[in-house]
Amino acid sequence: MADAMKIRAQLQGDLADVKVLMFHPMETGLRKDAVSGEIIPLHFIQRVVATHNGKTVMNAQWSRAVSKNPFINFRIRGAKTGDKVAISWEDNNGETASIETTLN
Amino acid sequence: MRALALGGAYAAAFAAGCLRPVYLFAAEWNKAAFDAKALADTMKNIGAGSATDSDQIQLKAPEIAENGAIVPVEITSRIPDTQTIYIVADKNPQPLVAIFEIQPGLEPFISTRIKMGESSKVRVLVKAAGKFYVTSQEVKVTIGGCGG
Repeated sequence: MADAMKIRAQLQGDLADVKVLMFHPMETGLRKDAVSGEIIPLHFIQRVVATHNGKTVMNAQWSRAVSKNPFINFRIRGAKTGDKVAISWEDNNGETASIETTLN
Repeated sequence: MRALALGGAYAAAFAAGCLRPVYLFAAEWNKAAFDAKALADTMKNIGAGSATDSDQIQLKAPEIAENGAIVPVEITSRIPDTQTIYIVADKNPQPLVAIFEIQPGLEPFISTRIKMGESSKVRVLVKAAGKFYVTSQEVKVTIGGCGG
């Protein structure tokens, strides 16, 4: 899962504005394959955690109704140059991915 | 030398937590709330029996969403001690879309994109100091985003 995510963080004063794009199909289990006509199984990110220097700042739980290739923007207060911001997800199949960036 | 450098990068990634994310997922996934089909059951399962209307929650969502598969929502809570933000699309097959727990250090602000099966009210609940507050907006969906 090398390219499972992209992260971009911008520091404005002590506020880090973090934007994350995750590459995931977020299948609802309601869609049919156009060719075979078979239902595409439910496959979605269930849990997302964001950390600031290793400390959890956001704990999220998602349903199948978060859009495909999920985008999320959040802001961390008390951030400074050199700080590390990381985000991880886990889906309903137990697959996980993580990405980290250093604020500059 | 090259092998050593690669080994170092691997060790650094490991130390930074990149390769061991799972332990971080402290919160259980609230299956009962996410599986609930009736809005009343959704509310019951997140513990929001009653919620007070609040103008201190700002919800930015389109009045008309041409594509129900990608409906942008931006939420800002000005309620002190905001602990949790919930996004609910009333007429989705399972109304609860997402739960965001706000830990110290995180601004009570979230921007994301959700799917909507049909035109409906989008409801944002905020749990603060153990109480629930709510705001909502009607979003008209031209093409639904659940099946297709």
